[in-house]
Formats: sequence, structure tokens, C-alpha cells
Amino acid sequence: MNSISAAASAGTGSGSGTGTETGTGTGLSGERFPVRERFPVWKDKFSLVSSMIQRQDLAFVQVPMQTTVAFITHLRDLEGYAHLVFFTAIDYIEDGIFRLTYMLHNYRRHHDLGVQVDIPREDAGMESIHHLWPHGATYQRELKEMYGIDFPGSPGVDESFVLEGWHDIPPMRREFDTKEYSEKTYYPRPGRVTYDPTEYMKEKLYPSEAETW
Amino acid sequence: MVDVKQNSQRSKFPPVDAVTGKSRYNLLSGKYLKIWQGPQHPGITGNMSLELTVCGDEVIECKTHVGYLHRGFEKLMERRKYIQCFPLVCRICVPEPDFNEYLFAAGAEELAGIEVPEKALWYRTLTLEMARLASFLMWIGGQAGAFGMATIGQWTVTMRDYVLDLFEELSGGRIYHMYIIPGGVRSDLPAGYARRVEDTLVMIEKVLKDIDLAMMHNAVFKKRAVGLGVITPGMVDEYGITGPNARGSGIRRDIRKDLPYLVYDQLDFDIITEEGGDAYARTRVRMRETAQSIDLIRQMLRKMPAEGPFFRKLPNVLHWKVPTGQTYVQAECTRGEYGFFMVSDGTELPRRIYVRGPSYTHAVTLMERLAVHVNIADTAGLMVSLHTYPPEIER
Amino acid sequence: MSDMQDMEKTESEEQIARIAAEMRLANDGLSDQDKAYFCDARPQAVEPYRGIMEKFANWARSQSLWILGFGTGCGAIELRPLMTSRFDMYRYGIQPRPTPRQSSVFVIGGYASVKTVKRIVRSYEQMQGPKFVLGLGSCTVNGGMYWDSYNTINRIDYYIPVDVYITGCMPRPEALLAGFNRLKQMIREGRCEGMNTYAENFDWYKANQKQIIKDWNMPDYNW
Repeated sequence: MNSISAAASAGTGSGSGTGTETGTGTGLSGERFPVRERFPVWKDKFSLVSSMIQRQDLAFVQVPMQTTVAFITHLRDLEGYAHLVFFTAIDYIEDGIFRLTYMLHNYRRHHDLGVQVDIPREDAGMESIHHLWPHGATYQRELKEMYGIDFPGSPGVDESFVLEGWHDIPPMRREFDTKEYSEKTYYPRPGRVTYDPTEYMKEKLYPSEAETW
Repeated sequence: MVDVKQNSQRSKFPPVDAVTGKSRYNLLSGKYLKIWQGPQHPGITGNMSLELTVCGDEVIECKTHVGYLHRGFEKLMERRKYIQCFPLVCRICVPEPDFNEYLFAAGAEELAGIEVPEKALWYRTLTLEMARLASFLMWIGGQAGAFGMATIGQWTVTMRDYVLDLFEELSGGRIYHMYIIPGGVRSDLPAGYARRVEDTLVMIEKVLKDIDLAMMHNAVFKKRAVGLGVITPGMVDEYGITGPNARGSGIRRDIRKDLPYLVYDQLDFDIITEEGGDAYARTRVRMRETAQSIDLIRQMLRKMPAEGPFFRKLPNVLHWKVPTGQTYVQAECTRGEYGFFMVSDGTELPRRIYVRGPSYTHAVTLMERLAVHVNIADTAGLMVSLHTYPPEIER
Repeated sequence: MSDMQDMEKTESEEQIARIAAEMRLANDGLSDQDKAYFCDARPQAVEPYRGIMEKFANWARSQSLWILGFGTGCGAIELRPLMTSRFDMYRYGIQPRPTPRQSSVFVIGGYASVKTVKRIVRSYEQMQGPKFVLGLGSCTVNGGMYWDSYNTINRIDYYIPVDVYITGCMPRPEALLAGFNRLKQMIREGRCEGMNTYAENFDWYKANQKQIIKDWNMPDYNW
């Protein structure tokens, strides 16, 4: 228990910029791309907001909305981050923002870089990257459908991708309650019982284990 | 038919207008016909559909439609505790659920800073390779079936079943194993397990030899697969192609080597590549990787530590608060780069989990590009040769 | 005299025409141009044969069950081993068919998303009678793992009639074989009347289907 909490505290700190090695058995060895040295350059050119090194082969940087696509283009063409791994959004409803994450991979250095940008939740919209990677359009189509983030100019962004005839608010937004929607719409079969897992575990399954925790 | 294939290399135009995303072809002209392949179609992989516009029997436009298997995993995981997500993640991908289990466990462990015992790493690698073997066997049957050789499907699916028997002995489940959990694995290997694995491997090797003779040297198969759906090396980065699809074009990329995870740095293997980039080259890559997977399983059974714990006790998983942070973990699955992007906000529930499936680009953007100027009968074969799997596209 | 007869005749004709119009399906989802292409008749319940003939027909039906090859969910993965040499369902007279027109059993392979339900309804209605439905996996019973998902239905029996459920996630091939044998037994006993149930409660089923399938752009019954 003690060792776990110690390891956890050494694990991650958001936006602190300190490089930490988490020994999670990923078995990394040998020297890696010193991404830290690139941060000042990027800061000058693209005004980085913050940076964080999560692992030897993974870092996250945050850039303002205005320079994002220029920064990604620079990374793709000049720094070797030519592979768009994925592109997705995180909904921080309490802060009123969506955090878009472009994950890029550099095959030469074997390094992943997550480029993050905060956009306001109201009238969410972002510049399109479909001209950089064709499958960027697919990701943007999904984001438009699942989060309601608009990407003007992206081909087919208004077509439905996964859902068909969806009339509610975009389902991946935090304010959408999937359980309520399901119960309202899909005739739940009576008989499903929910137990409080802690109580149930104490009573039924492992009384001795529950005591020790 | 030869002309059609030459056309496919010559064609530079995307099937749809790049600006509007609308079709270039006027159906009312009577020259073109629109055909839906799937979702109710035996030649389709999983439950998805292709909207084909054909001129004669040549496909001139292809549009992929997904979403028939959308269950909203990412939404469901946001309202479940980390340990409750476990039975859920393996259901994202049916042929090889272990990669989901491993990646979810690895991501949660990295965020929570949990070290995994040495022996558990070996067990995890063993299950991942066995899952790879099972998935490849199923795929070989599918690829042969798409070109009209149903017999090979009979052989390989049966062989896969024997691998599933091994999984059943190990974990109790045939399809969904839930064997890899955060902190290690769920149980030790049963007594005499290594010998039974070896027996199965011998059986599979024998069948692989037969398949090599019956399929890879078959004139019909060669005639149809060679030159079908050529991925040029330049397309690999453009379309985000990973895994055997990229290695079939001679690109040396394999996450097991590039970013070694688990115990892959202690195993002796090489990245398998083939030249050509067509369906035949991809089939050869996968055939050879099946043999490689068998070799890796043998190596692991030999080198595996006999003693030691296989599980590390976690804090109370019902109130397991994972510290704030975000990470991306990836592994090389049979189709390419499989990854989990996990964001935690310090509560008991994950903030966001994004599943990066390799089929996302392969089945949608790449398929729409490659299917142009392909004979309509070869569409199914082309699709299988990309090894797409719909549930990981829409999740 | 002849005028009277004509009057009566036109009245009864009007009545027939009115009843026929009520019996007709609206096909509101189709455009006016498309309405001409599709049949608007309602499905009718089928009377069984008399006595021994029905028993013989049921025995014959139970001996050759042809599955529609439509893997609607992840349960379809256990159909592959079932088709191949290890579990070999052909020995029970069961085999997959590529088109709904040739098949008599529809295996719902687990969870069904809304988008798939539309295709399930369409395929089910296109199948020729007598037809049977096998619900595979817990998801068809009560939603299973995805009971709170916004995109998967909870009970398939609100949308099409189900004859046999096979529970489990995933049900093993042996369980599937047991399910098929149970279905055969029920067919022989004449208890699989799902098609007639569907025709009799057609409006209820259709209302349920239309409640979740928002953009209904196919005929009300796919003949």
C-alpha cells in the first residue's frame, strides 16, 4: 500500500514539465529522442502554453488555438511527426472547454507527441486538418457527430458517421446522460437489481478481504 | 481484368469531390449503378457496409458506412469505475480481446504508478501472442474464403478453436478471457500447460504447411490477389497505415520492436516485411507472422520464470482513485497499432478513454481509395486483405 | 329496380374500398415517386394445415433450418466454429444462406444498435415464412453489458418476435446447438408462431420500431 502511493506520487503531474519515468513494465531501454530540447524552439515559434513529458517516448504540449494547425504542419513536414495516430476531444464541462488532442508519431525517433488545444464549448469549432491527412476528415466527422464540434471545410463533416437519425444532443458530451436516455427509450426489462458494490462485497463475497481494506 | 488493375495504379483522383464530399457521378445518366455491399452480406467483414457505384463490373466509387456495432463504449466507461470497465473493454474487439485488456491495464497502471511483477509480464505476453495466433488463423480462413476457397476456412477455424481451448483452460472463457487485470494476471498457468500448448502448436504448424501449398501456390489465388489493392510506400504515412498492411509495402514498422513493451525486448524475432504492397504480399506477411507467433510462444515457454508472484495486490478497487494525468499506451495487434488514450481527473471514474483501432483508417479512408477500379467480385477479398474489423472503428 | 341495385352495389363497393384503404399501409417514409414501387399490403396471419398435414410440415420444417448469414453483433463469431468442422452444424440440417429469401432462421447475434435494428427489421420482413428467430446472448434478453447504452436496444422482443433465447456472453457453440435443438423441438410441437404473432400485433411492433428508428425511409412492410 505504501509503495503504491509513493509510486503514484512520482507518477504524473499535469503541466509541470518535469520528466518522470514511470516503471510500468513497458520495458524501455536505450536513449530516446530528447524532446525537452525542442520545447524552447516551439515556444518561440508557436507560443507553447505548457508541456509535459509523460514517458521517454510520449510527451504532451499545449498550444493556443491560433497556431495549432501551423504547429501541426510544422511537426509533420519538418520534424518528422508524419503519422497522425488519432485525433479526439476531451470534454471539461466544468471549465467550459473541449480539449482537442492530436496524437502524432515520429517513426524516425519513435516518439509520440500529443498536441492539445483548448477550445470554448460554446459554438465549438476548429480549423480543419483534412488537407494534411485524408483520414483527418473521418476523425472530424466523428467529432462533429459525437461532440458537436464543427470543422468548416472538412469534406462530409455534416454527414452522419456512426449514428443514424440522432435527434438528441451529441452523445459524448458530458451533460448527456446515457442511462436516462436508455431507460426512457429502450423498454428496460424489469428484474435488474443494483447492489452497492462495497456493501455487497462485504456481505456476500469476501468478508475477510473487505475488512482488511 | 488486367486493364482494370493497371487503371488502379494510374488513378490519382479521389472517388469523391475533395471540397464538397459529394459524388462525382450522376446516377441518372444510366451509365452507373449503385450497389450496397453489406451489412447483410456474407462477403463483408463484421457488420458494416460499402456503398459501391459501379460501371459494368468495375467499382468507380466506394463509400464506407460504419456504425452498425456502435455501443458507445467510451461513454459507458465514463460512468463506470476502473475495475468495472474491465469486463467492458475486452468486448471492443472479439477476435483478440486480450489487447484491449492489456492496454487498459497498462494505461491504468501507468497512471496509478503500479509495478507489475516480472512473471505477470511474461504471462501477458504469452496471452497476447496466443490471441495473435488465433486471430491470424481466423483471418487466413477469411481471406481464402473471400477468394472462394472455403476448405481452408474449415481448417483454420478449427485450429483456432484449439487455441481457444487453451484460453479456456487458462481463464475459463473461450472468447472473452478477462485474464489480464491491473496489477498482473488473474491466475497461474495450470500444471502441464506448456506441454498442451506445444501439442497445439505442432498441430497448427502442420496445417500451416498445407495452407501454404493450397493457398499461396494456388493459381486462382495468385491471379486474383497479385496486384489487388496496391498500397505504395508513400501512402503509408499519408493514410496512417500501420501493422501488416504497412509491412506488406516493405515498411519496417512494428511497435513490438520500435517501442518494446512487456517482454518483447527479451525475445528473439525480426520484423517481417514483403515487397509489393498488394493483397498477396499482405497475405504472405500474415502467413509468416503466424509462424513467427508460434516461434515466439515457444521461446516464451522456454524462457519464462518458474517462480514468483503473478499478481500484485491493488488498493480496494471499489474506491480506487487514479491520480490526475493522461497517457497513451499502444501495442501491435494483428491489424496494426492498437492504442488506449486515457485521461484521469483524480476520481474513481475515468475522465475519458479513447480507443485507437487500426481499422479506423484502413476500413474507411484507405478502403474508399483502394476499392476504386477494382473488380466488384474482388471487393470482398480486398476488404479482408486489409484485415478490417468494424467494432474498433465505431466502438 | 336497376337503379336500386346499382346504388347498393356502389355502396358496398365503397365500403370495401374503405376497408381496403384502412388495411393498406401508409408507407409515409417513402417519397411519392417511390410509393409506386413498393407494396402496401399488410402481412396476414397464416392458418395451419389440418391435422396430420401440419404435423408433417412441422417435422419437415424442423429438419432443414437455414440461417440468414447476417452477423448482427459479436455473437456471430461463435457461428464460425459452429459452421466449420469441429462443431459442424450441417449434421443437424442447419446451414447458412446468403439472402433472406432463402433462409428460415434469423440468429440475432447479440446486441443490436439502432442502426442495425433497422436492417434487422428489414431482413426479417423479407424472409419467407415460416420463419423463426433465435436471440443469442444476454444482450438480446435485457441489454446485457450495454443495458445503459444510448445506442443499443434492451429487448429485441419489442421489435421482432423471438422464439428461443440463448443466454450467455458469449454462448458457447454447444449452447447454440442446444438452442437449435430446442427450436426444432418447439417447431415440431407447433409452438413457433412468431410470424403470426408479428402479423397479428403488427401495429404494436411497428410503433415500437418507429419510436427508435427516427428516419424511417423504407416501406412499412418489406415484402
